[in-house]
Amino acid sequence: MTAGTPADTGIPRDAEGGYIDGNALAGPLAELFAVDLTAATSQCAHCSNTGPVASLHVYRQAPGLVARCQQCGQVMLRLVRAPETVWLDMSGITVLSIPVGAD
Amino acid sequence: MAIISRGFHGRRPPAGRKLPPGQYETTGFPVLSAGPTPWISTDKWELSVTTETGRRHSWDWTALTKLPSETPTADLHCVTKWSKFGTRWQGVSLDVLLADVETAAEYVLVSSYGGYTTNLPLEDLLDGKAWIAYGYDGRPLAPEHGGPARLLVPHLYLWKSAKWVHGLELRENDTPGFWESAGYHNYGDPWQEQRYRGD
Repeated sequence: MTAGTPADTGIPRDAEGGYIDGNALAGPLAELFAVDLTAATSQCAHCSNTGPVASLHVYRQAPGLVARCQQCGQVMLRLVRAPETVWLDMSGITVLSIPVGAD
Repeated sequence: MAIISRGFHGRRPPAGRKLPPGQYETTGFPVLSAGPTPWISTDKWELSVTTETGRRHSWDWTALTKLPSETPTADLHCVTKWSKFGTRWQGVSLDVLLADVETAAEYVLVSSYGGYTTNLPLEDLLDGKAWIAYGYDGRPLAPEHGGPARLLVPHLYLWKSAKWVHGLELRENDTPGFWESAGYHNYGDPWQEQRYRGD
């Protein structure tokens, strides 16, 4: 569940637990990459769990987006969007498997 | 007919109070977090200070709450642009906690239960500028706001006031914390609008 934006703060309020799924990364990552990375499979650098990027736990009620492993809870991706720069840390991901069209 | 939105501008600050550049006032208390809220019982809680020589000082909950406390009133400024005036806290000044700590370090790396970190100069924790806060608005500090205890450094953006504080590492060298290593400003003075690296 994704609720609305409390008028008093302008900050989105997310479901119980404070996170939403990795599909929330689609828009911010589409600004940077030509492929939809939420369709990719990622391997966690901390516990080696492999799963869809779309299944990561994304915390966005924060100064940036923080995507955590759905298995061990460690940080896999951080994205900070400034007016003129995007900082993207993917050091918590060892391998991305990205589906592409056949030649 | 075109619909023209004037956007959200928040409310004007109360008379005599000034907002840092780019901020708006909120009367709520937004909860921001980069991860799940850790629930730490006070009987298992501990705060440690480790010096650059490896000397470790620690306080359990009983020891912390026996120290003389203060009740600072502070304006909070979050880098996500909201500010909240006149928040009332209870906590122990870092001047008290660090009084018997011998150090020549210039920097502190703060760590929290849950893995969050943030860095700041040691001098920003001293001279009545910072507290380990365990009470808010006359009540125990709620977990979503950093309870049982959080760092409170209100003269810097609120990401420096680490929730669920667990350890202070006094260091000779500055080490960027969680947000500082991901594009946010290393110091974070709201009056200079030091939001991002390079500001």
